[in-house]
Amino acid sequence: MSVRMKKLASCLLVLASLAAAPAFAQLKLTITSGVTDPIPIAVVPFARAVPADGGIDVAAIVQRDLESSGRFKAMARTDMINTPTTAAEVEAAAWKQMRNDYVVVGRVSAVPGGQLAVEAELVNVLNGQMLPLNKRWTVVPANLRNAAHRVADAVYERIIGQRGAFATRIAYVSVDGQPPKQRYQLIVADADGENPHVILERDRPLMSPAWSPDGKMLAYVSFESKTSAVYVQDVATTQRSRVSARAGINGAPTWSPDGRKLALTLGGSGGNLDVYLLDLATQQLKRLTDDPGIDTEASFSPDGATVYFTSDRSGSPQVYRVPVTLAERPKRVTFTGTYNARPRVSPDGKQLAVLTLDGGSYRIGLQDLASGTMTVLSKGQQDESPSFAPNGAMVILAGRQGGRGVLQTVSIDGQTSARLNADAGEVREPVWGPFLP
Amino acid sequence: MKHFLSTAVVLASLTLLAGCPSKPPTQPPPPAADNTGSTAGVADANANVDDTDAAGPSEGLLANRIIYFDFDKAEIRADSQSVVAAHAAYLSKHPAQKVRLEGHADERGSREYNIGLGERRGQAVRRALLLQGVAELQLSTVSYGEERPAAAGSDEQAYALNRRVEIVYLK
Repeated sequence: MSVRMKKLASCLLVLASLAAAPAFAQLKLTITSGVTDPIPIAVVPFARAVPADGGIDVAAIVQRDLESSGRFKAMARTDMINTPTTAAEVEAAAWKQMRNDYVVVGRVSAVPGGQLAVEAELVNVLNGQMLPLNKRWTVVPANLRNAAHRVADAVYERIIGQRGAFATRIAYVSVDGQPPKQRYQLIVADADGENPHVILERDRPLMSPAWSPDGKMLAYVSFESKTSAVYVQDVATTQRSRVSARAGINGAPTWSPDGRKLALTLGGSGGNLDVYLLDLATQQLKRLTDDPGIDTEASFSPDGATVYFTSDRSGSPQVYRVPVTLAERPKRVTFTGTYNARPRVSPDGKQLAVLTLDGGSYRIGLQDLASGTMTVLSKGQQDESPSFAPNGAMVILAGRQGGRGVLQTVSIDGQTSARLNADAGEVREPVWGPFLP
Repeated sequence: MKHFLSTAVVLASLTLLAGCPSKPPTQPPPPAADNTGSTAGVADANANVDDTDAAGPSEGLLANRIIYFDFDKAEIRADSQSVVAAHAAYLSKHPAQKVRLEGHADERGSREYNIGLGERRGQAVRRALLLQGVAELQLSTVSYGEERPAAAGSDEQAYALNRRVEIVYLK
């Protein structure tokens, strides 16, 4: 059977199992802009372990990860004159002559117990020096893709000097159908959009997913019982529990850095939205804000001592902060423009990503907390939901393109961007998960 | 309904075809028990089962169940006062009847803040009904923010249709 025929046959199989398989938004990554002077690198095809590797092209994944950061430009495979798989085989001068600064080589091999070992080496061909990546990744075949992301993380860190965030995950909400008959899915995927899993599907809205600090759980809002409730769900087992279904609004959950508490928004029957702290073990509530305006969208500082939130107590939505001890009254943080909402604190605690109204367009702004300077990061008309990568180098956000919701990543210097398009439906509310052990 | 279903199946097939031959998604393991007793896992067993919403009265102004709002506003407009008054009169006369007030916002701005705006609108209708003699026990509110638009599209026309409170009569 030809490859084409095989694809068609598997396609028909999928159609045959239509009842079981929901329509699904698979993301496709496109790099839309990069730095002006990207580092030239050659990622040579790795030695394969056929058939245990399931046909996964590790080098291609490494290459795409590195390129998606916008910091690298990879050599086309068709231009490669040979395919070394060890550093010793790399003729540095020849690769340098082909305008490369670095060459990545590696091997996938089967090891006893049905696992696969991935080894990789990095050569600086400008000086012929081998840069050890200091690691051999042993995984079950199903996790080979993850091992490839870890190779990319190691290469990125060795060259850029900052931890890579390719071996991380994202969660997002996917919506299908025309209003008012819409279907909502909560999806977890690798940071490059691959390997998607539907962890929840409902025909009432799902919103505001938030990762636990250990990357094992998601908190989110579901309207499945016709009013809003906050749930916490184990991503691996899909086991979940409803942690807040109080009268009125239950919304905007976010985890404290120690993973023990959720900050969330409650409205009560009177509909006055304020931010509360919910202890997950004891169910004890502590009120953090008390104002007749809308207070919502809490985000913790990395040390857990401060909560940033949106409030329209001054008329229009702006970002405020309050110490969790309540030792001080809330202080306003944003002053640029008439609309700043949904703050997210950077992993180093120095910056705030917000949704800001920029000359008639809703865009993602980055505010330096020390100086108060706001920089607009995104270029869309209706961007929203910024979320930092755990290394702080990129922000993932939701935008609109051709009337549909799409996801984008933007580097915090604004130079590099990539788009994650869904092949069906609309995707929104991306949240970047933490580093995984 | 039948027509809708068959259309949905065709659409779903087309979506899948368009997606082929990219890999179908992996399904997570089967759901485990939920410690609060709500349904766990991916599929919603109670999907589309709606056992509480009722048809409600439809005479005259009562047929009108949607109150529209101006941009960034939660005040009931003059052109909607008579509709609110008609529902208030009906609900006062039928103290056992309950309604759910569903507040909505247009898609601009942040989602959770828009939940707040939708709630403000629901509360405005709730207060008006209370002032006109409806009992507190007859009323509940929910805000969907921008999550359940009545109209698709990113233009003024769609926005105006989406900034609303729906009065839903319950059984």
